[in-house]
Amino acid sequence: MSRIKIPRKSTAIDMTAMCDVAFLLLTFFILTAKLKQEDPLQVDTPAATTKVLFPDIDVATITVGKGKVFFGAEGTDVRMQMLEAMGTKYNQTFTPEEKKRFSQIPTFGVPMNQLKQFINLSEDQKKKYTQPGIQVDTTSTSELYNWIHEARVAVATLRNKPLRFAIKGDAKQVYPEVKIVIDMLQKQSVNKFSLITSLKDK
Amino acid sequence: MAELDTSGGGKKGGKIRSKKASTRIDLTAMVDLAFLLITFFIMATTLAKPKAMDTFWPDKSKKDVQLPVAASRTMTVLLGANDKLEWYLGEPGKSAPTVDNFGKNGIRKTFIEKNKEIKATHAGPDNDMIVLVKASDKSTYKDFVSIIDEMNIAGIIRYGVVDILPVEVELLKKDGNY
Repeated sequence: MSRIKIPRKSTAIDMTAMCDVAFLLLTFFILTAKLKQEDPLQVDTPAATTKVLFPDIDVATITVGKGKVFFGAEGTDVRMQMLEAMGTKYNQTFTPEEKKRFSQIPTFGVPMNQLKQFINLSEDQKKKYTQPGIQVDTTSTSELYNWIHEARVAVATLRNKPLRFAIKGDAKQVYPEVKIVIDMLQKQSVNKFSLITSLKDK
Repeated sequence: MAELDTSGGGKKGGKIRSKKASTRIDLTAMVDLAFLLITFFIMATTLAKPKAMDTFWPDKSKKDVQLPVAASRTMTVLLGANDKLEWYLGEPGKSAPTVDNFGKNGIRKTFIEKNKEIKATHAGPDNDMIVLVKASDKSTYKDFVSIIDEMNIAGIIRYGVVDILPVEVELLKKDGNY
């Protein structure tokens, strides 16, 4: 009896289709990935077990660390309107060019009297410049209070939605510094806000 | 690579022809690289997202809302310096505070135990423990987040953040936690 000869097949698989899929996915992920904006104030957020993801629309972040307070709101249109309202409040006028430049800054920590100067700095100069932080005190006339207020007004008129607030505090920050910010939010009847944390195991 | 030559021996003799090079390129390495990059981008985008802890605070504009609550149902947690905390049940000064740590065997255990005890000794349906968090000026933001997190883990629904009293600062000072 003659043995049935099994024809030897090549072990090489056609990788072309797999390669196509892989690169398609790769392109998708690269395009959807949001470029990480460098924070002007580096903070080390405390760890907690909560797994709720931080939303990235209609949110304003108050960063507290190293004794300074920084503020930032999402959305370029919101930022523009916020600046305009702050300008009228503090008797400052901003050119459309300045407004546009301001709308590109995600977080800032500059008092009102230096803001114009700060906006007109170039990107490199902005990185080198150490921002002094927004003026904060417990009264309702402080700049942070007004920024919070104007951001809320801007989001309410533009998006017809309430603005969410998040506090991004440094783990080593003493509690009273954070308390001032919390008090300020409560003063405006913002009684629900998030604390930004990093993930840890139980 | 893993390709076997299946073209066979070919004719012997005759004209020597230059072997025709295959137009197929081995894509294995390229696919490897592509998937490595995909993995990197998946990790980098989803894991780097910060987490948010939602907190709810009492409305300060409403001053008249005060629920009568038995003092025996309350537990007060004082946050002191050096990541230490103290807790006591009921009203201040009536019982000596206990010094405790954060973490699994520290305050979390206490929360769960005391919550059970209070639930057993008080009549329902509204009989769970109420925790008052009082952060002193020496405590850090990390402690504050940790205590809220511990309460979330221990399943304590009712808690409030209250300003610390001078009496309680003295308690912390006595134990060297201020």
